[in-house]
Amino acid sequence: MKGKKWVPWAFLALPLTMYSIWVIYPVGRTLFLSFTNWDGVSRTMRFVGLENFKELFNDPYFITSLVNNFKWLIGFALICVPAGLGVALLLDQKFRGNKVYKTLIYLPMTLSFVVIGQIWSWILEPRSGALNSFLALFGIKGISWLSDPSIVTYSLIMAASWRQISYAMVLYLAGLKGVPQELVEAATVDGAGSWKRFWNVVLPMLRPATVVAVTVSIIDSLRAFDIVYVLTRGGPFYSSSVMANYMYIKAFNNYRMGYGSSIATIQFLITLGFIVFYMRNVLKREAERE
Amino acid sequence: MKKILFYLFATLLVVVWLMPFVISAFTSLKSMDELMLERKWWSPPKEIRLENYSTAWNNANMGRYFLNTFIITIPSVLGTLFLSSLGAFALAWYDFKFSKVVLMVFVGGMLIPFQMLLIPVYRLSISMGVYDSYLGVILFHVAFQLGFCTFFLRNFMKTIPASIFDAAMIDGAGHFMIYRRIVLPLVIPAMAALGILEFTWIWNDYLWALILIQSDRFKPVTLGLVNLQGQWITSWNVMASGSIIAAVVPLVVFLLFQRYFIEGLTVGSVKG
Repeated sequence: MKGKKWVPWAFLALPLTMYSIWVIYPVGRTLFLSFTNWDGVSRTMRFVGLENFKELFNDPYFITSLVNNFKWLIGFALICVPAGLGVALLLDQKFRGNKVYKTLIYLPMTLSFVVIGQIWSWILEPRSGALNSFLALFGIKGISWLSDPSIVTYSLIMAASWRQISYAMVLYLAGLKGVPQELVEAATVDGAGSWKRFWNVVLPMLRPATVVAVTVSIIDSLRAFDIVYVLTRGGPFYSSSVMANYMYIKAFNNYRMGYGSSIATIQFLITLGFIVFYMRNVLKREAERE
Repeated sequence: MKKILFYLFATLLVVVWLMPFVISAFTSLKSMDELMLERKWWSPPKEIRLENYSTAWNNANMGRYFLNTFIITIPSVLGTLFLSSLGAFALAWYDFKFSKVVLMVFVGGMLIPFQMLLIPVYRLSISMGVYDSYLGVILFHVAFQLGFCTFFLRNFMKTIPASIFDAAMIDGAGHFMIYRRIVLPLVIPAMAALGILEFTWIWNDYLWALILIQSDRFKPVTLGLVNLQGQWITSWNVMASGSIIAAVVPLVVFLLFQRYFIEGLTVGSVKG
């Protein structure tokens, strides 16, 4: 549309101002704070250069958090995404009632992680929780899902996967709409050759869905906070801590805003690559359209 | 035979998948005695105890939290829909310097880790005098959700043929008139889809309420539910009722508007 130069800016004025104040400025501010020792209360702060970052990489709890985030990333991108694809392929076939089946599998996606955390808290409860009571029926000794430092992160990922798999499935079911039904059925039903057909024909056609599912899963895995906070608060002894939750503790419980900012900055730098990848994807699509 | 096996497998999958729901629903209806003595989480309650719900709603204050969530969510959704439709309008149809840059700023912002915003947003709310109020959380949600909403609506607006405006332009309609009279009515279906998605997202928010709200009387249902842990941790049945109260609205909204919800969520995964 043609018009005076200022016209689009007039429309953008309000949204862009709000976005600048609550999103753009905070990003810059956190980057800045990560080089200071600000405690969040004092009027003054000291510029400490890279001190915070040096301390971070000697902080065993931070390293644990970083490694745990990596486990979340693997779980979300390499387990939830393929699992979502599997369920999507299964339910995409024509059969009576497939809508109902899909709707039921979608349901966890609508829940908040707080509710998911609550629900799983009595499934994973060690003494009389549902999972251990169920295992006891087969004579299997109960597992300390949330108090054994070597398992707790996997328990949390399992609880979060419940929602994440639903999400991946939604993305794939939408993607499958663009793939001829016969191809999918042929690739899922009969034995020999179907694997090849799936790998060479169906999967490439699902590439756009895969790109979105993987990118979103990675970003979500680095954002993990609520469910950790609700179920374990990062414990026992930080063994299930993730960066988001360690940052919160450092900044808001220990009043180390500078140090907390440097944790956020690390998270930001890790995510940045994926954000840029996503943006390039969007721009490429734009170019194709024009 | 194949068909039967298929149904058997699909049904088994759904049953296992929904087990956590079923367990919570049953737990919310049982007495503590039954829960602790029987330990059969997966079996239906012998005796239905609806009073768990009234305990959660009244004694555990879930009723108040529930209302607070509405007070926060509805203005947030409306505000972000309105503002993003303005921005999307500018980005969809005007050719101007930096239009791609502005678009990328919105796209980039929606993917940022929240921790990057926590401290400054917390400080801002204090200095603006909106800390510990509904307004503080609402303002943040409106602003932050602009990223996704602007991107979403702009892509939708791009699909409207430009010829529609030409006639209006010749008639001498102003730019705002075109936005209001021509574009807005056309975008309403997309805004509905987006609104439903945003509604559940903001409803389910926990982190921002945790950062920006302190007083019990302003807390939304997610924050309230975590609060219950302190006092009611041993009353699993009340906790389960509370969880179901917190979950019921997004669940119903989803079941009613499933098509819109999914449309909103899958933008971009179908084509390119």
